[in-house]
Amino acid sequence: MRTLTYRDALREALQEEMRRDERVFIIGEDIAGYGGTYAVTKGLIDEFGDKRVRDTPLAEEVIAGIGIGAALADLRPVVEIMTINFSLLAMDQIVNSAAKFHYMFGGQPRIPLVIRTVCGGGAQRGAQHSQMMESLYAHFPGLKVAIPATPYDAKGMLKSAIRDPNPVLFIEHELLYNIKGEVPDEGVEYTVPLELADIKRQGRDVTIITFSRMLHLSLQAAEDLAREGLEAEVLDLRSIRPIDIDLITDSVKKTNRVVIVEEGWKYYGTGQGLAALIYEHAFDYMDAPIQHVNGADVPMPYSKVLERAAIPSKNDIIQAVKAIVPAALAHR
Amino acid sequence: MAISNATLSGLTRTQLLEMHYMMTLLRRFEEKSAEEYTRGKIGGFMHLYIGQEAVGVGSIAALRPTDKIMCSYREHGHALAKGMHPNEVMAELFGKITGCSKGKGGSMHMWSNKHGVLGGNGIVAAQLPIAAGLAFAAQYQGLDTVIACYFGDGAVDEGAFHEALNIASLWKLPIVFICENNQYSMGMAVEKAWAVSNLLPRAAAYNMPGEVVDGMNVLSVYDATRRAVERARSGEGPTLLEIKTYRFRGHSMTDPAYYRTREEEHEWRSTRDPIGIFEKILQDNGIGSQAEFDANDEKATQVAEEAAEFADNSPFPPLDELYTDVMVDGSAALVYRHPRK
Repeated sequence: MRTLTYRDALREALQEEMRRDERVFIIGEDIAGYGGTYAVTKGLIDEFGDKRVRDTPLAEEVIAGIGIGAALADLRPVVEIMTINFSLLAMDQIVNSAAKFHYMFGGQPRIPLVIRTVCGGGAQRGAQHSQMMESLYAHFPGLKVAIPATPYDAKGMLKSAIRDPNPVLFIEHELLYNIKGEVPDEGVEYTVPLELADIKRQGRDVTIITFSRMLHLSLQAAEDLAREGLEAEVLDLRSIRPIDIDLITDSVKKTNRVVIVEEGWKYYGTGQGLAALIYEHAFDYMDAPIQHVNGADVPMPYSKVLERAAIPSKNDIIQAVKAIVPAALAHR
Repeated sequence: MAISNATLSGLTRTQLLEMHYMMTLLRRFEEKSAEEYTRGKIGGFMHLYIGQEAVGVGSIAALRPTDKIMCSYREHGHALAKGMHPNEVMAELFGKITGCSKGKGGSMHMWSNKHGVLGGNGIVAAQLPIAAGLAFAAQYQGLDTVIACYFGDGAVDEGAFHEALNIASLWKLPIVFICENNQYSMGMAVEKAWAVSNLLPRAAAYNMPGEVVDGMNVLSVYDATRRAVERARSGEGPTLLEIKTYRFRGHSMTDPAYYRTREEEHEWRSTRDPIGIFEKILQDNGIGSQAEFDANDEKATQVAEEAAEFADNSPFPPLDELYTDVMVDGSAALVYRHPRK
């Protein structure tokens, strides 16, 4: 094992899949000469040329359409939409075409398409450049929505997404690109299935269910709680469609308490949907109401003081855990 | 009348009469569809192609079987002209399992991998970006496939039209953009919607050739499409065709067409019927006789009748079809369960 950034892990996944399969190409705004807004595709133009690393005009709807059409013709497009905020301009293509063609045309067409995009706040980008929109897309049957949090998962899941016969929305987080983590050595082939969630930390007292950047805050919170004698299990969803309900219920049956932590807005989102699923599948095992830690229900403010207050913190997670885990459980 | 071996537009007599048959089939098929809709056998939205037959038949005659088409929701005619069996199209209208999309699509969603019919699309202009993607793929794979992308005059007003034309021209994609200007986007008259009087300035804006074509003359449509297809196939890039036509019926089955006068409709139907115009051309050139037209018509009527019978006698999809085809690998779309240990 070696240590790699999330960004470099993603680039390796693209590189390996492009070497493996001539049908894989990447396309998007400023991904070639510029190297990608977040430098994920940096240097790929040198190895693969402009046939397979293709810059486009600023036109999200047709960028998505090119991906869908190319996938219909059995290519393996990896489309980059610069940020998820701009994906709304391509949403008709993603939702009305990519997610529906296979079903609507009786199983004939296949759309093995990956749309890579970037979510998240915390860099003072303001209201139109800081959003979490994974819940929006996870609403639609026909799509897979992957949202990895670690370099290991980012690389392994992107490789799986490229090989998946379905359209996959692959959501990276702006503040994760520079984080480092263990990734198998170059040449050591591995993939991470899109369907499986992952226990990132074992615990007995409460299950913290989270994904994307909030995984890291949750792990920090769990360390602090451990010092007070409370053992939190931290479950990384990794994909929010499909949902790995078995792993979730297994964990809930063990801990009997759940805190859901997500960066996005509370209402009508992933956390609330998940809470309903947990009550459906594991109500009898619950010893306390599910707690939610979410982003503030406001458009993202610019000022760093306000922005910090709008995004969940480690302390918010600790407080939510303490609200449902009796102090008596500590130091058992 | 003596039947000559003359050709028109480089088409043989057999080909020309085949085109006549196809136009007649589209007409009779749609009339049958309307009848079955009224009987309650067909539901939802249904947009008939009556009046526009010369566009679909003339342009598709200029394509190879390996070329692909993408269409709007008014696509029964294109599906038939591209070679799909009337039975599978009619059964789709009836929502039967024998329909081309297993009854999951309906009138607006015909598909055939075999015949290169890649969908009727219910979202106006959404097929243009995807068609550009198909053309991109052909270029990427080094194939000489051409994509014909059909849309109505309403689609020109959508942003997708402009994004797709720009990128197709920029990358010289092998695609022919075919605007079927039937004068109304639902009830909106084209002159109230377009800031231009025809599409030539739009073509020029994206640096591609454009042509305005008489869509009631199937040979004019054929000639113009053939030129555009040759350009596309030889790597010269896309062409924008504005084919002027008229739908003889309302926008959909539920549209009484109050936005236009009965006189206007009568004028088009009585003097500009594309089938009548083609028959006159064939007769004037000594290529086809009334007896042959009648025989084509009789056959088309019978084929449409048989298609309705086939559809009616076909079973509905079994209820377990509800949850198939959501994901390609057959996995559950939302809740994933898997064997653990």
